[in-house]
Amino acid sequence: MRSTVLTDEPGQDAYKVPNPGISAASPRRTGGDLVQLISPEGERISHPEFDLWVSDVTDEQLCSLYEDMMVIRRIDAEATALQRQGELALWPPLLGQEASQIGSGRALRDDDFVFPSYRDNGVAYCRGVEPTDLVRAWRGNASAGWDPYRHNIATQQIIIGSQSLHATGYAMGIQYDGADSVAVSYFGDGATSEGDVNEAMVFAASFQVPVVFICQNNHWAISEPVRIQSHIQIADRASGFGIPSMRVDGNDVLAVLAATRIALDRARNGGGPTFIEAVTYRMGPHTTADDPTRYRDANELEDWAAKDPITRLKALLRTKGLLTEEVEAKTQAKADEVARDLRAGVINMPDPAPLDLFKHVYSTPNSWIERQKDHYSRYLESFSGSTQEGAL
Amino acid sequence: MSKLTFARAINAGLRKSLENDPKVVLMGEDIGALGGVFRVTDGLQKDFGKHRVVDTPLAESAIIGTAVGLAYRGYRPVCEIQFDGFIYPAFDQIVSQVAKMHYRTQGRVKMPITIRVPFGGGIGSPEHHSESPEAYFTHTSGLRVISVSNPQDAYTMIQQAIASDDPVLYFEPKRRYHDKGEVDETAELSTALSMEKARVVTPGSDVTLVTYGPLVKTANDAAMAAADEGVSVEVIDLRSLAPIDFPAVEASVRKTGRLVITHEAAQSGGLGAEIAASITERCFNYLEAAPVRITGFDIPYPYSKLEMHHLPDLDRILDGVDRALGRGNSLSGLEG
Repeated sequence: MRSTVLTDEPGQDAYKVPNPGISAASPRRTGGDLVQLISPEGERISHPEFDLWVSDVTDEQLCSLYEDMMVIRRIDAEATALQRQGELALWPPLLGQEASQIGSGRALRDDDFVFPSYRDNGVAYCRGVEPTDLVRAWRGNASAGWDPYRHNIATQQIIIGSQSLHATGYAMGIQYDGADSVAVSYFGDGATSEGDVNEAMVFAASFQVPVVFICQNNHWAISEPVRIQSHIQIADRASGFGIPSMRVDGNDVLAVLAATRIALDRARNGGGPTFIEAVTYRMGPHTTADDPTRYRDANELEDWAAKDPITRLKALLRTKGLLTEEVEAKTQAKADEVARDLRAGVINMPDPAPLDLFKHVYSTPNSWIERQKDHYSRYLESFSGSTQEGAL
Repeated sequence: MSKLTFARAINAGLRKSLENDPKVVLMGEDIGALGGVFRVTDGLQKDFGKHRVVDTPLAESAIIGTAVGLAYRGYRPVCEIQFDGFIYPAFDQIVSQVAKMHYRTQGRVKMPITIRVPFGGGIGSPEHHSESPEAYFTHTSGLRVISVSNPQDAYTMIQQAIASDDPVLYFEPKRRYHDKGEVDETAELSTALSMEKARVVTPGSDVTLVTYGPLVKTANDAAMAAADEGVSVEVIDLRSLAPIDFPAVEASVRKTGRLVITHEAAQSGGLGAEIAASITERCFNYLEAAPVRITGFDIPYPYSKLEMHHLPDLDRILDGVDRALGRGNSLSGLEG
């Protein structure tokens, strides 16, 4: 599989970059062919434009991307196991999407702000969210696991596509503040059918705000294949909104890194929104409650297994002579350590107290909640003193 | 003190909030150059600029959804929903995001968003322009819902709503926009009556009449008419619909023993039901009669030639007062 150089679509001029400071290396394009910098076999494919955006990536950084992908795959596997063992109520595996999430997540600056979906645990990991916090909500110990302002990433959004509007609004705020950070919204192929995602693109384009829409097209919205969501390539939808887009191999960490850097650079320099379609594949079920054997062909899974994001990066590292025993051992040790910590964190997570029910509904006391809390508290107290033995 | 229309009073309150807090941003359809279809935001974009008073594309879910993002970044968005019946595309963002964000994030992310909704009927409009959707939102935990009935409250409470760290739905009775009243623009917010508190607007001793928004004026008129017949009606303007100031209603009912609730919204599952149930729970032994609800019917808001039959008016309210007093009324002889 070879990538071809993108050619600009007719009518491109209509989307001229308003800011002349934008690098010539980031023309405003629309969709087009899949950009790939690492072939499934691990061969480094040169690309006249995207190469410029990853030319600074050192061998060490390449190994670090590999480590991130290995670690997040391990976290994902451990969380799936914890669910099977009854320690988590549910888990949405990201297996297969590591390159999309690590490649984009590592392109971000600390002061950028991410609005993720529930499956973007790899991105959250890049933002520094503790692995135990990733699963807090899935154990049922909280509605969400982390402080958004600590890591500049909102909590996981479950309503499909909702967060695209939040990112756009946040980007409006960045614009009002005259800052050069960027809001980044992650969602999937299914979300592109939601009104909110389409409205977000309308607002983002009209106001030319610094937002990047990253759509991980993992081919499945639970049981619905992507062809039910879109009659055309998803990246091509963006042009209808006047938003430049890129379509990259989402299992290629370098291609995703390059595309995200292009989009961030444009946003920081007043060039407005960008839409990235990262073409990837959900190797696992939608969640641990799902059974993909009911709706998808095993051959399809096999085809995609051959395009695995980690396998190909590993092959590239091997070709470059970077996959030393030392690197492999270090990576494995890190992954094992994180998984151990995650497991311990889950097992030792204290249960919430019953009256936590009523906490934080409002930021100031609310007479209705206070009364119900008081009554429920009395109800709970009515059990103290009685014993199980005494009951019938 | 100055004499202002209801709409100008809201405008003055918005202006004051824009002046006092650079993080306040107004968003909505046609609120800029036009000043809103009811002119409530008249002149504000000219004075504060396009980044403080934002004409948005026509997408209600996005108005609220982007307000969530702005709030995340520390802004205090004030969103205008052009008409009550246009709020439903935004329902998901209001219920699933605005209302739950503080709870979801364990208090880390505040949603100081004010959503202004011109509501209610009586202006001869086509479908979707005369609705009373407040109960959808009072049923949603995490939101504060208020409704104003006079220019002074309109002026004060819009500022209180904007200053609140919790999201507030602010229901404006559009048929009262042109009513005039005295407004003290120098009044300090810190000393104003809390927006959670109800107010007795007409004191009385025989029947408690509870209402809010557009019907406060109608209820007051009904109380005056009742007084002519020697019946003393105490009118309570709820002001806050979530939470409701039940202690205030309870105090009145303990005195009168009789409760009538009136609102334009449909009856079943409405605020009248909640008030009747809660007051019955709180002071059943003080009630001399079953609570009475005088409300809009359980129908879609009707075409305008019939709206006067749908909207509670002075006579229907007085009929309800008679029922609460056990006097002859339109339902005399009916059981249940």
